[in-house]
Amino acid sequence: MKAAIVVFPGTNRERDMAIALRGVTGQAPVMVWHRDTALPAGVDLVVLPGGFSYGDYLRCGAMAAHAPIMTAIREYANRGGHILGVCNGFQILTEAQLLPGALLRNAALRFLSQDCFLRVERDDTPFTRHWAKGDVFRTPMAHGDGNYIAEAETIRALEDSGRVAFRYVAENGRMDAGDPQLNPNGSMNAIAGVFSENLRICGMMPHPEDLVDPLMGGEDGKPLFTGLVEALVG
Amino acid sequence: MKVRVTVMLKEGVLDPQGKAVEHALHVLDFGNVGEVRIGRVIELEVDETDRERARAQADAMARALLANLVIEDFVTEVIG
Repeated sequence: MKAAIVVFPGTNRERDMAIALRGVTGQAPVMVWHRDTALPAGVDLVVLPGGFSYGDYLRCGAMAAHAPIMTAIREYANRGGHILGVCNGFQILTEAQLLPGALLRNAALRFLSQDCFLRVERDDTPFTRHWAKGDVFRTPMAHGDGNYIAEAETIRALEDSGRVAFRYVAENGRMDAGDPQLNPNGSMNAIAGVFSENLRICGMMPHPEDLVDPLMGGEDGKPLFTGLVEALVG
Repeated sequence: MKVRVTVMLKEGVLDPQGKAVEHALHVLDFGNVGEVRIGRVIELEVDETDRERARAQADAMARALLANLVIEDFVTEVIG
């Protein structure tokens, strides 16, 4: 699988993302600079990693959404390309309107750096096929602006069309969007990740790439990457 | 011309920052303070002599970048 990772000034999770991808593909992903105007030929997956692109100036992801490379990413998306956005990458995808909604300041105003549990809401997508629907996995989160919000009708449409990818839950899978222990950033319907209409773009706030090796304390995030390889190359 | 763009979270969008400031004002004995909302003010120098055109350009900038219309509203005014 040929993957490209987009690097903006202030991106800081690209190397961990590269380790996660190389671990499952055996191939180093190509780093693409924000000033580039084209993606490498034959790319199977584009990843927007985490960090603080452009210092989070104006709004998280707002400046990056207008970077030169985004024109090529938009075209890639229109051609049906697969895109994964994690943390700041998710914020960029919403600012670029490639995914619906927005990410507000965490409800309790604090930057949250901790583990959380995510429930897989469907298992028939390239991003979730190595889990079963309802599976719960542990993943680290580290963000100040992860409070997912969208207009009521957008939320309804996402729910009705099965476009919620992951939700924040308890370890046993119980969801309670009103409980700050279980839904730490206050996201609507405890939404941690969403899909595009064609299910080929996925954005999520927590970091599955941070748990892909026993040395990191677990491999709980690895199914996302092994599933992608199987779906996109297999 | 100078144009001011004021960006605020939409009505109904929870503003935890505003809530925190509201609470702090109450602690400081400003008990008559009701809801506090926090936004962003952006002043732009626009190379334009016509007020309406300057304002129209600021509107376009707000829609393109300065505000996220999913969560925010904006107001533009020519201030000089």
